[in-house]
Amino acid sequence: MAEILTKSRARNIFYGGSIFFVVIFVGMTVHSHRYVVETSTAGMELSDEVVHGKHVWEENSCINCHSLHGEGAYFAPEVGNVMTRWGVQDDPEGAFEILKAWIESQPSGIEGRRQMPAYDMTDEDLRGLAEFLRWADQTDTQGWPPNDAG
Amino acid sequence: MKYESQKVAYWYILSALALFGIQVLGGLLAGWVYVSPNFLSELLPFNVIRMIHTNALIVWLLLGFFGAAYFLIPEESEREIWSPKLAYIQLIILLVGTLGAVGSYLVGIHGGREFLEQPLWVKFGILVAALIFLLNVSMTVLSGKRTAITNVLLMGLWLLSLLWVFAFINPDNLSLDKMYWWFVVHLWVEATWELVMAAILAFLLLKLTGVDREVVEKWLYVIVATALFSGILGTGHHFYWIGLPGYWQWVGSIFSTFEVIPFFLMMSFAFVMVWKGRKNHANKAALLWSLGSSTVAFFGAGVWGFLHTLHGVNFYSHGTQITAAHGHLAFYGAYVALNLAVFTYAMPMLRQRAPYNQVLNMASFWLMTGGMAFMTFVLTFAGTIQTHMQRVIGDYYMSVQDSLSVFYLMRFGAGAAVVIGALLFIYSTVVVRKSEVIAPGPANPAPGE
Ligand code: HEM
Ligand code: HEM
Ligand SMILES: [Fe+2]
Repeated sequence: MAEILTKSRARNIFYGGSIFFVVIFVGMTVHSHRYVVETSTAGMELSDEVVHGKHVWEENSCINCHSLHGEGAYFAPEVGNVMTRWGVQDDPEGAFEILKAWIESQPSGIEGRRQMPAYDMTDEDLRGLAEFLRWADQTDTQGWPPNDAG
Repeated sequence: MKYESQKVAYWYILSALALFGIQVLGGLLAGWVYVSPNFLSELLPFNVIRMIHTNALIVWLLLGFFGAAYFLIPEESEREIWSPKLAYIQLIILLVGTLGAVGSYLVGIHGGREFLEQPLWVKFGILVAALIFLLNVSMTVLSGKRTAITNVLLMGLWLLSLLWVFAFINPDNLSLDKMYWWFVVHLWVEATWELVMAAILAFLLLKLTGVDREVVEKWLYVIVATALFSGILGTGHHFYWIGLPGYWQWVGSIFSTFEVIPFFLMMSFAFVMVWKGRKNHANKAALLWSLGSSTVAFFGAGVWGFLHTLHGVNFYSHGTQITAAHGHLAFYGAYVALNLAVFTYAMPMLRQRAPYNQVLNMASFWLMTGGMAFMTFVLTFAGTIQTHMQRVIGDYYMSVQDSLSVFYLMRFGAGAAVVIGALLFIYSTVVVRKSEVIAPGPANPAPGE
């Protein structure tokens, strides 16, 4: 490396530049945080049901088989748009019914097919989960996924 | 080994190797479930196996970093570790936490954010252990000689521990949850861990090639500068589709493209140092792992990362087997292989003997690296087909998966090679043999014993 780039210059560029990028990143984070609250997820209320549903989702670690907005595991289908796929995104009662039927029919036990575990959930849990997934589905995700297959 | 307290690294390395074994066996099991989905499905569902696989990975890599720090800081600072006792307490906390986490997963207690599933008490344990560690190494460095290597290493370790705070922040709003989750996940592997990697690599090359410290340290600062300048705003490549503003598509695409640079520089650094080096170090296996790590990291993180980082591509490939392919080769090259390089370098000294079992160790390098490369290729093929059928044509997920089974079978085979390689590595580093399996020739200064 050229002589003008001495070790101490390289060090100063590293420290100075890093601080510069951290400051920009923090600024953009603050803006993005406000954008989420005021724009992209503003369409639907974060009700107690949605919050409860998120806890049910987490306690059962669904994310380690499924993906949600494309993040998670790749073993089972995307669920960020499952309510659209099932055609119940605008129908809370229908969403609850179909999800309840789905969970209660697992595991399918079909030989050679990936299995979803059995879950013992109350109606409250199931309603929460359905509302949480509807909430996730209405988020403005810049048009992702490309189609309903997820 | 020049300092008595470097010995603590020995126990860190042994614990790391044990967890490494568990990690790859967990991976193999998960890979088998892909091939034969009814296997264990009621007893041990896929999600639990996967948590054990990924969590064991992260914990053993961290244990390896801690061990590496305890090994190299005394040599750099030219003094004993401030408190070896605290270092052992830290290790015990981490091991209790790890066993506690695995135990809770097996009985169904876990959080639900990927990679951060540990129960709250374990998260606190990790925090306490990190604080003990930071206190211990900072006191050592501050009262000893300061070098660029310890500066960068400490900065990386401080920042990665600070970011752990985001493991406790879980907003009810899913989009915010996801945004802050990436502060741990992305800013670990694509910023702070890179600092740790570059510092450890610099230390190894300094010792193995005998190049001037001035030269090594200048490279080090340039590498870590490019890592942070690109990696911080590069976080944006995860902000495309989770409810954040559209400008991240451009910021993320541009800056994450620059993330290739530090990995390219680390690879060049390693080869240039060997080229210029004056020393013919006896530990050939450690050199192989150092060169291998920086090279595979360039391919796994750099090439396979760039493959799907532009938002126009990521729109289709997001969350497919392509992501899994990249995750495997990147983690393997950058962090697994680097840790195995330090272990290979340090273990002979910690056991106070000349480098040994080098032939077996190098064979394990090729088995593991070949296995991981093959796994990456087949997952990339699977991911390409998946992307086309599911994301472009719009076929349903489960039916697309049915047409990928041949790739999953090959992934399992590749995984078996990796497991054999890992066991061979553990055998060659931990179990003492009296002589090399193949005696070295006269031109090779490696002691054959
Ligand atoms: C025996 C060899 C291995 C096999 C068979 C294997 C298999 C698997 C499987 C089946 C998954 C779950 C993918 C999914 O969600 O569908 C996984 C995830 C993962 N494995 Fe491995 N693995 C192996 C070795 C490794 C190694 C050596 C590393 C580290 C270098 C690693 C790091 C990871 C990571 C980071 C994930 C999460 C990936 C993501 O979310 O994108 N695995 N592995
Ligand atoms: C050693 C460094 C790196 C490691 C260990 C690593 C590991 C990973 C892992 C495990 C994931 C999956 C996360 C999840 O579960 O959702 C991921 C995702 C991703 N990585 Fe990396 N990565 C590294 C460097 C890079 C670099 C340098 C780039 C870009 C040039 C990159 C681009 C991406 C992208 C675009 C994704 C998102 C994939 C998706 O949309 O599904 N990575 N990485
Ligand atoms: Fe990233």
